[in-house]
Amino acid sequence: MTQQMTSPEHIEYVLRLGDNALILGQRLSEWCGHAPVLEEDMALANMSLDLIGQARMLLTHAGRLEGRGRDEDQLAFLRTEPNYRNLTLCELPNQDFARTMVRNFLYSSFQKLLWERLMTSSDAELAAIAAKSIKEARYHAQHAGDWVIRLGDGTAESHARAQGALDYLWPYTAEFFAATPVDDTVAAAGVGPAWSELETAWEALVLPVLAEATLTVPARTPFRSYGKFGRHSEHMGHLLAEMQIMQRTYPGAQW
Amino acid sequence: MERKEWPLWEVFVRSRNGLDHKHCGSVHAPDAKLALQVARDVYTRRQEGVSLWVVQADHIVASDPDAKPELFDPAEDKIYRHPTFYQLPDEVNHM
Repeated sequence: MTQQMTSPEHIEYVLRLGDNALILGQRLSEWCGHAPVLEEDMALANMSLDLIGQARMLLTHAGRLEGRGRDEDQLAFLRTEPNYRNLTLCELPNQDFARTMVRNFLYSSFQKLLWERLMTSSDAELAAIAAKSIKEARYHAQHAGDWVIRLGDGTAESHARAQGALDYLWPYTAEFFAATPVDDTVAAAGVGPAWSELETAWEALVLPVLAEATLTVPARTPFRSYGKFGRHSEHMGHLLAEMQIMQRTYPGAQW
Repeated sequence: MERKEWPLWEVFVRSRNGLDHKHCGSVHAPDAKLALQVARDVYTRRQEGVSLWVVQADHIVASDPDAKPELFDPAEDKIYRHPTFYQLPDEVNHM
């Protein structure tokens, strides 16, 4: 790849994508061995690995763009909390199967739209990553969407849990679409869409499924989360401690 | 708490275009659509297939294992049913 002038906003944009995948991948991996049934255990582990695969490509790419010699491992395991740029939604605890599925549905529906747009990115590497990741996001959205409908429109217990999950998670989806100067710069350069552009299309994907699931969509409130700016919830530190301990205890350790 | 078992689904995978679907195992799932999804996750994650069938196990009618003697043993000494007494032309490679 030829050395090109890369704006800090471009690097930041790729880091956000990579950190979303990394942190949600880490969260989903917690289900391994604990899912309600064997079949879903494997499905969740598969999806976790899809996301970690995306994170590897994106963080490697971000490291190259940055040009300071940091590789995927250094970016994944050796940054401190404020330097992670994932959406707060991705770091929230799994809680139960319902919250995990509702989150996967809200997030992968957004990713699906994002990857579709990024397939025509002026950043050829990012476009190639998008072309691979779009297939994974489509499956994740399908899988989670089917579960959201079954849980929401299921028993009294499953409905209550799915509704509770939606009430808890919904306020964090506002962060998806919060306008940022990073997005403006990147959109102007043709690297990718400003995430705020995707809001209408996302609602068109998400709302009909939530309606079919007989779930009530909460009203928007002034609450905002700021994970993509590096200001995380209290859950992030615990997640990082668990994720980073191997590299911090045995620096440079390899499989 | 009431617990209901999900039905069992038999899974058939076609490994390549042109080949038959082969039985490869079973999954538990609440309905047909999710049965396909979990079959995908359990049985095709190492590129084992290009197509999947799932059939609810209840819908398969199986022969009775106790009826094996009358069903299958009589074929044992009918070697003339195997086409092994013919000289095959070379052009016929895949009999």
